[in-house]
Amino acid sequence: MASSTHLDFEKPILDLYKKIDELQALSDKEGLDMTKDIEQLTQKAELLKTKIYENLEPINIVKLSRHPQRPISGDYIENIFEDFIELHGDRSYGDDHAIIGGLAKFEGRPVMIIAQQKGKTTKENIYRNFGMPQPEGYRKALRLMRFAEKFEIPIITLIDTPGAYPGLTSEERGVAEAIALNLQEMIGIKVPIISVVIGEGGSGGALGIAIGNTVAMLTYSIYSVISPEGCAAILWRDAGMSPLAATNLGLISSKLKELGIIDSIVEEPLEGAHTNYKKVFTKMRAFLKKELTKYSKYSHEELTNQRYDRFRKLGKYTEA
Amino acid sequence: MSILDWFATKNSANKSVTSKLDIPGNLWIKCIACGETLYSKDFEQNLKVCPKCEHHFRLTCHERLNITVDADSFIEIDYDLSPADSLDFTDIKAYKDRIVEANKKTGLNDAIITGEAKINGSDVAIGIMDFGYMGGSMGAVVGEKITRCIELATKKQIPAIIMSSSGGARMQEGMNSLMQMAKTSAALYRHKQQKLLFISVMLDPTTGGTTASFAMLGDLNITEPKALIGFAGARVIEQTIKQKLPKDFQRSEYLQEHGMIDHIVPRNKMKSFLANIIEMTNYHKQKIEETETVEQE
Repeated sequence: MASSTHLDFEKPILDLYKKIDELQALSDKEGLDMTKDIEQLTQKAELLKTKIYENLEPINIVKLSRHPQRPISGDYIENIFEDFIELHGDRSYGDDHAIIGGLAKFEGRPVMIIAQQKGKTTKENIYRNFGMPQPEGYRKALRLMRFAEKFEIPIITLIDTPGAYPGLTSEERGVAEAIALNLQEMIGIKVPIISVVIGEGGSGGALGIAIGNTVAMLTYSIYSVISPEGCAAILWRDAGMSPLAATNLGLISSKLKELGIIDSIVEEPLEGAHTNYKKVFTKMRAFLKKELTKYSKYSHEELTNQRYDRFRKLGKYTEA
Repeated sequence: MSILDWFATKNSANKSVTSKLDIPGNLWIKCIACGETLYSKDFEQNLKVCPKCEHHFRLTCHERLNITVDADSFIEIDYDLSPADSLDFTDIKAYKDRIVEANKKTGLNDAIITGEAKINGSDVAIGIMDFGYMGGSMGAVVGEKITRCIELATKKQIPAIIMSSSGGARMQEGMNSLMQMAKTSAALYRHKQQKLLFISVMLDPTTGGTTASFAMLGDLNITEPKALIGFAGARVIEQTIKQKLPKDFQRSEYLQEHGMIDHIVPRNKMKSFLANIIEMTNYHKQKIEETETVEQE
């Protein structure tokens, strides 16, 4: 944890570990036997850690989902897949850097990856537009999905965006139309689509590549109709209310699983994906393998029908 | 003070009343765009378009229905669907209370009416949104009703028309509302597979998740003059790019210029425009049917 950026809710745990370190140093220096005290404190720290992480407020999960050291799409592509060949451009306007796509091999078989890509440094983030796609990103995604369909290649989409880019250029080139068309066309794609929210699932900008046969989330990712900050600003007229907005919006994975919005949760280490990349890659690999095996047995018609029914049934209302 | 000035002062004092426009007994109203004082009977007869500046005022869904479909042809479906508060959502007000208030204000169960109707004799499935009900926001009821309306059109092999005026997804329903974007677009996929006509009429205002789903998926996307249509809010965009936006940004004319809109249709031409498109897109199919009938005879 030492090299990581710390979040405010982690402070009590960090304080305890600091104390343990101090005791250890003292015991080394003075030659005192403090093993028992240290053991006790360590145990206490572990318990506290479990308690804190198992009862995280949604706003803290929001912070984890945006953690600067959290694995981004490129990390998954590099570590889970082989022979990634990036394919660029929407054939109409340009190449969006916030959505990357391309062919790769997964466990020996080809897959098409479509992924929203943030950066880890400021420079990277500027290049990736902070993971906020413009219309050409969605259009590139659809082009590559159609390509995959033509050659019976299953599609994996990784979602990690604060939202589609709210800018003049984005509006002028029709970001709403680009997202809408993906929602419509992805329903009919005749190969399996597995979608996983790995960080931020920001509203329509996330949904625009998330029409999967299966839609999953990592434990500490979020998926929301609006950011808690945006929601607080509009409904409360007070951005300070975003912790409450985060709770009320029901944007965390366990809640969305309960509501039936997502199908599965891909488990993260207790302290978040950023603390143990290897662990989360292993879980992700196992999950993708299971899903791809399952859908490989589906016919074209079964795939499109299953996907249609999956989204058709969503939404609670009362009917007299 | 002239009598007109007196009316103007009176009307500006009652702005919330005059902007609603459906209160009986208001003899005069003031155009919110150009300030012209209008005799409300003339204004009504002009379909709530200012005769001076042609500002198109917002209509309720029933007002819109009356000027769009043939008299007595509308058969409403799914009127008994009402919102559920699945998240037990409260902001400065409880969602449950907002639902009751919106119902009281509009007499509607949610922000849309849907059904079957005729336009110059042609059958259509039609949905008309109402901005007066919680900003026309799309929650599960709006999504479900639009989906069923499109499914009805697919089943009956008739055109679908959705007239939107909506601020986007309904935050109080969380992700259930976002999923309505997927659901409605999915229904349009099946409608399109059957080579059926879908006309999206985007009315003032149509923004957010509504624009980024069914509303942008028309075979034809049409609108009235100067309607606000967009994805992100102008204020958010200004904050993001730190630049002033063009004067007509996100207005019908701007969208047409950028290739998003097929045609801007003034209110008094809307019905005949729709009828014309329906007739022309149905011409080939009708010819085949006529030939088959002749052959059978």
